[in-house]
Amino acid sequence: MSILIDQNTRLIVQGITGRDGAFHARLMKEYGTQVVGGVTPGKGGQEIEGIPVFNSVAEAVQTTDANASIIFVPANFAGDALLEAAFSGVELIVCVTEGVPVLDAIKAIAVARTRGVRIVGPNCPGAISPGKAKVGIMPATAFRPGPVGIVSRSGTLTYEIAANTGKFGQSTVIGIGGDPVIGTNFIDCLKMFQDDPETKAIVIVGEIGGSDEEKAAQFVQQYVRKPVFGFIAGQTAPPDKRMGHAGAIISAGSGTAQEKIRAFQSAGIDVIYEPEELAEKLKARIM
Amino acid sequence: MKIHEYQAKQIFARAGIPTPREVMVKTPLEAKQAAVAVGVPAVLKAQVLVGGRGKAGGVKRVDRFEDVQPTAETILGMSIKGLKVTKLLVSECVPIKSEFYLGITIDRSARQPVLLASAAGGVEIEEVAKTSPEKILKAEIDPLLGILQFQTRNIGFSLFNDLKLASTFSTLCQKLYQIFVQRDCSLVEINPLVLTDAGALLALDAKINFDDNALFRHPENEALRDPEGEEPKEMEAKAAGLSYIKLSGNVGCIVNGAGLAMATMDLIKRYGGEPANFLDVGGSSSPEKMVTAMRIILSDPNVKAILVNIFGGITRCDDIAQGLIAATEKAKIKVPIVARLVGTNAEKACALLADSPVLSATGMSEAVKLAVIKAKEAR
Repeated sequence: MSILIDQNTRLIVQGITGRDGAFHARLMKEYGTQVVGGVTPGKGGQEIEGIPVFNSVAEAVQTTDANASIIFVPANFAGDALLEAAFSGVELIVCVTEGVPVLDAIKAIAVARTRGVRIVGPNCPGAISPGKAKVGIMPATAFRPGPVGIVSRSGTLTYEIAANTGKFGQSTVIGIGGDPVIGTNFIDCLKMFQDDPETKAIVIVGEIGGSDEEKAAQFVQQYVRKPVFGFIAGQTAPPDKRMGHAGAIISAGSGTAQEKIRAFQSAGIDVIYEPEELAEKLKARIM
Repeated sequence: MKIHEYQAKQIFARAGIPTPREVMVKTPLEAKQAAVAVGVPAVLKAQVLVGGRGKAGGVKRVDRFEDVQPTAETILGMSIKGLKVTKLLVSECVPIKSEFYLGITIDRSARQPVLLASAAGGVEIEEVAKTSPEKILKAEIDPLLGILQFQTRNIGFSLFNDLKLASTFSTLCQKLYQIFVQRDCSLVEINPLVLTDAGALLALDAKINFDDNALFRHPENEALRDPEGEEPKEMEAKAAGLSYIKLSGNVGCIVNGAGLAMATMDLIKRYGGEPANFLDVGGSSSPEKMVTAMRIILSDPNVKAILVNIFGGITRCDDIAQGLIAATEKAKIKVPIVARLVGTNAEKACALLADSPVLSATGMSEAVKLAVIKAKEAR
């Protein structure tokens, strides 16, 4: 098992004729993901990397029976792309696009919720269930199959953490995105990892800004019965400065790394302070 | 993107939200003339893009005409949190019965906008939220429906216990939400919203932050941008597709990805060093981007060592290595450089750097330790 994506995921790529879309469509396909179609309005009928291109998401889904979509379209069209996907019948939408206006994300997430569709992102690296499927932009070499579930707000930091699981591989690794408003949060992923028999331990990779880590900590304390490890980036970040991600900002004294670390500790989450500590800690906690 | 109070009030006024009579000025003489127009007593308010100007002495009430010019001179000469005051708002002094807080922002966890109001106006709402959350009235806004009449009317009743005032307040909230949505704001705030002796509601202060991600569809906002509030090096970095923030330490860092960049800074501190900056080179990084990154970091005289930490995915390590070589060849760099490049094309990168003075490390902790030691040696 794994969560969100596996060998049965049938993926379409929105924005497949763009530079990033085409590049990652190829890499995802090479990884073994069933990439069944792509969408770029006006380019229907073409083929990219052997993948048929359609003019609309609805047409792509009808023709290919896709159940997931990944979005690479530019930020000014991403809100519409999210809505189009939400209305198309897919169950999962991963939005890689960075710089989506917050109100566009909010609207799309609200619509998706009413239709029972899950959005991951925006501004996220996507998800990988090693050995089964990759729906995202992460370098495949950093991951291999195993029992550790990882959920993270970052991109490259996620790869760094995954590369430090030592002799253990990963069940699923999800980057939920660095924006203030995202479709899937820590708690959504923690629930799925708790219910996934293959996942034996969970790593939460958080960062400054907002209060999702604190809420995740509460959830862990109440519902999660598996070993949970936590890492928080941004202890040295100054207040009122946006640290790259739109969501990574300490404002009005809240959202600090210290608060989040304290919340983790009081929930019994094993806090790691440098990625290289993880392998040893996992060895001690996974039987 | 933040804008000044006087700019926010112009937006409010155009939307039909009442604001005091006031004039923005840039010199003490202009201030004196403005005071003639608005009358005394008047309030002089420094226009800077940071909070806490009141505590810093940037807001002063003036009762006599002859005091306007000297007071304006004092405020226009001061710096608040490192920002020089160059603009002043001369505002009429309104007789106030009571003060309120009103704001609309994004509730990140609930994934929707939220309207907040409180009878505890004038103070920092974050403090109220922490110490007495029951004093804050909330309307969760359904993004598909917008803010609903009954929501704002009910809050109005709780605040004023009067039908007429409640409906005036309700209309004002609707207008505020229109601004929030139409201009893609991340915050609109009136603190304080005042009830005057005459029984009117007035926005005595105003704050608007725009969502940076939505600026592409609001060309009208560019005219409101005040470059005085922005660090020039951070702007230069932004133009080159880099995200840079200057800090006060001596270990410069170049990292790909914001999360990894923050984690690298934290690790520098953990090993006894102090990061000189945050720098995210972003996804697809060309050698040219690296050259710019190196130049920006080296322009900070505090920097005694540079740490390059790259986990290659979209970013190719050989691009980074080529950029490093180009940068070191261009300028004779005396500062030691430690590079840790893993992931996409790491082998190529190592080969490229073999004959260069760049020190390499394989693990993140190892690289950080080495950079911290090098920075200490250089002192």
